[in-house]
Amino acid sequence: MGKKQLLSEKRSFLERALGRGYLYLLLFVLYVPIVLIIIFSFTQSKVLGNWTGFTFSLYQNLFTGYDLNANVRVDPNLYRAIGYTGLIAVAAAAISTFLGTLAAIGIYNMNARHRKGMMFLNSIPMINPDILTGISLFLLFVFLGISRGLATVLIAHVVFCTPYVVLSVMPRLTQMNPNIYEAALDLGATPMQALRKVLLPELRPGMISGFILSLTLSIDDFGVTFFTKGSGGLETLSTFIYADARKGGLTPELRPLFSLIFLTILVLLIITNVRAYRQKNKLNQ
Amino acid sequence: MKNVLHHRRTWAWPYLLFLVLLVVLPLCLIGIYAFTDMDGEFTLKNFVMFFNKSEAVNTLIYSIAIAMITTIICLLLGYPAAYIMAMKSFRTPEVMALLFILPMWINFLLRTIATVELFHMLNLPLGEGALLFGMTYDFLPFMIYPIYNTLQKMDLSLIEAARDLGANRFQVFTKVILPLSVPGIYSGIVMVFMPTVSTFAISELLTLNKITLFGSLIQRSFGEGGITMWNYGAALSLLMLIIIGATSFFGNQDEASENMVR
Repeated sequence: MGKKQLLSEKRSFLERALGRGYLYLLLFVLYVPIVLIIIFSFTQSKVLGNWTGFTFSLYQNLFTGYDLNANVRVDPNLYRAIGYTGLIAVAAAAISTFLGTLAAIGIYNMNARHRKGMMFLNSIPMINPDILTGISLFLLFVFLGISRGLATVLIAHVVFCTPYVVLSVMPRLTQMNPNIYEAALDLGATPMQALRKVLLPELRPGMISGFILSLTLSIDDFGVTFFTKGSGGLETLSTFIYADARKGGLTPELRPLFSLIFLTILVLLIITNVRAYRQKNKLNQ
Repeated sequence: MKNVLHHRRTWAWPYLLFLVLLVVLPLCLIGIYAFTDMDGEFTLKNFVMFFNKSEAVNTLIYSIAIAMITTIICLLLGYPAAYIMAMKSFRTPEVMALLFILPMWINFLLRTIATVELFHMLNLPLGEGALLFGMTYDFLPFMIYPIYNTLQKMDLSLIEAARDLGANRFQVFTKVILPLSVPGIYSGIVMVFMPTVSTFAISELLTLNKITLFGSLIQRSFGEGGITMWNYGAALSLLMLIIIGATSFFGNQDEASENMVR
């Protein structure tokens, strides 16, 4: 009996409708605030929830950096925050992917006891809530007399991103056929060539997903950045939003910015999922 | 056969050094700062100060209670959702699962602020209710996802066997499906409880600073108080670390981290 029939047998139409209704209701509540941001990115008012007519002017302000109606510049700190967020995310993801892949290859070749120990250490930054990661690193930098700024934020982001890279690359190693690597050596490849031509292509999907995961973790981080950025004026989008919200009144240009980010992610996710779905179908054939 | 990759184990050494220097040592520093005063002398006064302030102790208890309530709400809302998705009520359960995860890609502070604006629009007061709503809203996907994952991996022939042996649908659920989904429930509980008990920024925004959570208490000792409060803040952080450690023993962390990567 098929999976589908087994589970859906004896399920009345009403029951299924109720189940669906429940999920749609949850999704509706989950998306109301997001839809709110997107809707109010098309109006000009300072506060969310006050509709003053349809306009693209917030998008225009965001891209030109100048608010024509109020005749003021859009807060330049916003652009600096966007720049730093991107810079830190890409740099942290790249370093984490390199360090994590290297570590995964190393851990894979350890004996069981050492591997277990490494995996435990690797899990600590993932278990640790961001406030504890932030404060412990804050104390470390104070203790070592390192002044906080871009470098410390970058180091901190590598700390909480790398474990995820290790965990994404590891399954590729365990699923790999080790004989292929040996075959390459037997056929005259140098260890370096075998690494580049055999090992890395096998690991690439894991490295890519680790890299993407690191990007999103870094962009979304607030807690760790908050404690490691110092008072030199370095802000990422998260800390900028926090400071902005505490001052009262959010910079309205954040609304179009996040609508665009959300749509980009939506499109990317749809593309990757359609691709994965197609590949799965191909394999099933 | 000898593994030819064996010598590559040295490749993990940079990462080991990295972890010791940037994860283990900093956590030890929390302990050291917690048990010393500003001059670096051993003292217990940071803890004495905390336990003597009933306000601070109450904040800790209140934060744990709020985190527990949030976790329970997430479980009650999330389990049926994960169950319905896993039981193939939809032609494309993957898409539904994706829709539940998608909001997590929006900056959580911005989502929180949008929630605050929603409460303003509906003329609802900010406070405890908004706090619970906001935290449930932020962390519900962390509950749904691991439960959905375990339910999906479940061996369906077990259900079939239970049916054949005469179990009715209620019995199948309570005796087969629910026990099999316990690992997912544990992961979900851990993944919701840990961030909620340690949260510090969203509580300020959702309650207009009316309610202080333990996380905010820690944050303040490292912010406004200046260097004089750091040792006290470290003592509070150590208490938080103990709570987190206890929680992670409760949940199966391997499973939780595995779920996070997928």
